[in-house]
Amino acid sequence: MEYETPRFLDCGEAALSVEFGDSVDPAINARVLALDERLHASALAGLRETTPTYRALFLRYEPLEISRDALIAAIQGLIDSGQANPCDSQTAVRWTIPCCYDPEFAEDIVEAAELLGQTARSLAQLHAGADYRAYMYGFAPGWCYLGGLPDALAIPRRTSPRGLTPQGATLIGGALSLIAANPMPTGWYVIGRTPERMFALDRDPPFLIAPGDAVRFEPIDPETFGMLDARALAGETVARRETLK
Amino acid sequence: MSARLLVDAAGPGVTIQDQGRFGLSRYGVTPAGPMDVGAYLAATRAAGANSAIEVSLGGAAFRAEGATLCVAVAGGDFDIRLDGRPLPSACLLPLAEGARLTLRAGSSGAWCYVAVGGTLDLAPTLGSRATHARSGLGPKPLVAGEALTFAEAAPPPLEPLALTAPWLASSDAPMRLLLGPQDDYFAPEEIEAFLNARWRIGARSDRMAYRLEGPTVRHRRGHDIVSDGVAMGAIQIPGDGAPLALMADRQPTGGYPKIATVIGPDLGRLAQLRPGEDLSFRAVDWDEAVAARRDYFAAIEAGPKREPLSAEMTTESLLAENLVGGVVNAKD
Repeated sequence: MEYETPRFLDCGEAALSVEFGDSVDPAINARVLALDERLHASALAGLRETTPTYRALFLRYEPLEISRDALIAAIQGLIDSGQANPCDSQTAVRWTIPCCYDPEFAEDIVEAAELLGQTARSLAQLHAGADYRAYMYGFAPGWCYLGGLPDALAIPRRTSPRGLTPQGATLIGGALSLIAANPMPTGWYVIGRTPERMFALDRDPPFLIAPGDAVRFEPIDPETFGMLDARALAGETVARRETLK
Repeated sequence: MSARLLVDAAGPGVTIQDQGRFGLSRYGVTPAGPMDVGAYLAATRAAGANSAIEVSLGGAAFRAEGATLCVAVAGGDFDIRLDGRPLPSACLLPLAEGARLTLRAGSSGAWCYVAVGGTLDLAPTLGSRATHARSGLGPKPLVAGEALTFAEAAPPPLEPLALTAPWLASSDAPMRLLLGPQDDYFAPEEIEAFLNARWRIGARSDRMAYRLEGPTVRHRRGHDIVSDGVAMGAIQIPGDGAPLALMADRQPTGGYPKIATVIGPDLGRLAQLRPGEDLSFRAVDWDEAVAARRDYFAAIEAGPKREPLSAEMTTESLLAENLVGGVVNAKD
């Protein structure tokens, strides 16, 4: 649910959370990202860093340079004057991410399909047929959380974590999908793998997708995965980027 | 020849830290940085360093090569020795070529910083030299046999000096905190009980989080929130009701309610507690928290005092030196 007016919550004396709602919702996330963008443009003295998440903007600030009241007043001013409104509900960039759903690359797809009353094939078709929104990064560098998972693929998280995810794992958990950059244990299900590097230290920019971008998956077979993986390893971006009107 | 610091011995969790990898939390990057920023700043400023080695309870030992290094040590009350001579737990010293500086866990404190004057010759990763072991960003934890190179080495003092600073002194005063951001997930009597309880640092505590052992904290309306940003010092209450204080290596976002957040000027004191040690909390308002922050950073800005070693320390040192000398002679 989107709040009538944002909530300002202290996270200690040097951080503040500006909360726009209590759910994972594109309209709420659009408000978070609009405020984030506006604050970046305004270069408010004392504001150190902003972290957009699903429904809130986390702000680190130096209270010896700007008081909480002054910070809140500045943000409220931007919101009240309409300067922090999402100007367009459409996202401007769309990524098409190659993804291999072959069980060899999708270690948990058979297990997840059984739990969901699907076949591995129908799960892959449903996952690749949906439009996603990159809501936020979290957990670890380059772990990008995607909303827009079809309801039929909503799956409870595991009660205890599975082993390490492979690099580029595409996962589902709860009502979300996720692309993982590096191996980590997780309570989610690995249902595919992309040869794209979500995060590469030697690439500029190191992170591919920006919060708010639209994302689609394009199914690829294991041979194509091998070919694209070699190109990605050599530094090429193998996901396709389009600018939407 | 450039000056090098050789790692002679290193327990687990000896890492390089600078102020942290800020600005990329929007991509899931944890800032890392020192557990006790006050001690880190005392050491780095005294030595004229741009980073420090953070030593854990496992201890470490170092030697200089190529030049006499200007080294500052500050942190918990560790047992610090220069070629066997005891030194104050916070000190500035010349580390002559071949001399051995050892740090062992002492009477209190969990982290100690060793700063070497000059510029650590190590390329930053995403703008920082801080180690974040979990994500593999920054240098790997240090192990025995490694060497760190320093450019523009700063001039060392002629003899060891004690560093004294009020913020380095240990104190069992309650940790001050601000309620929130999700204190509304807890009934007022649960918050009251949380604030009145005596807590103990759990055994499985590390740079990521300190476990707080004590009464179970019950949620009023579930333990799942939509993940949001996490500050260092946030006290998260997971489903089992056992609080976790999230520290320097925390995840940048989290999905459990955070009942309160320890204020910046008390984070170093919290970090210096060891597993098994007790603590309590006191809620303050924003104005009190900021006044404490102002005092804390003003004192740090003024820097620690440099003082000659106390007579007691000097006597002890001479005795120790004689003892060490005796051992060497006996071997010869």
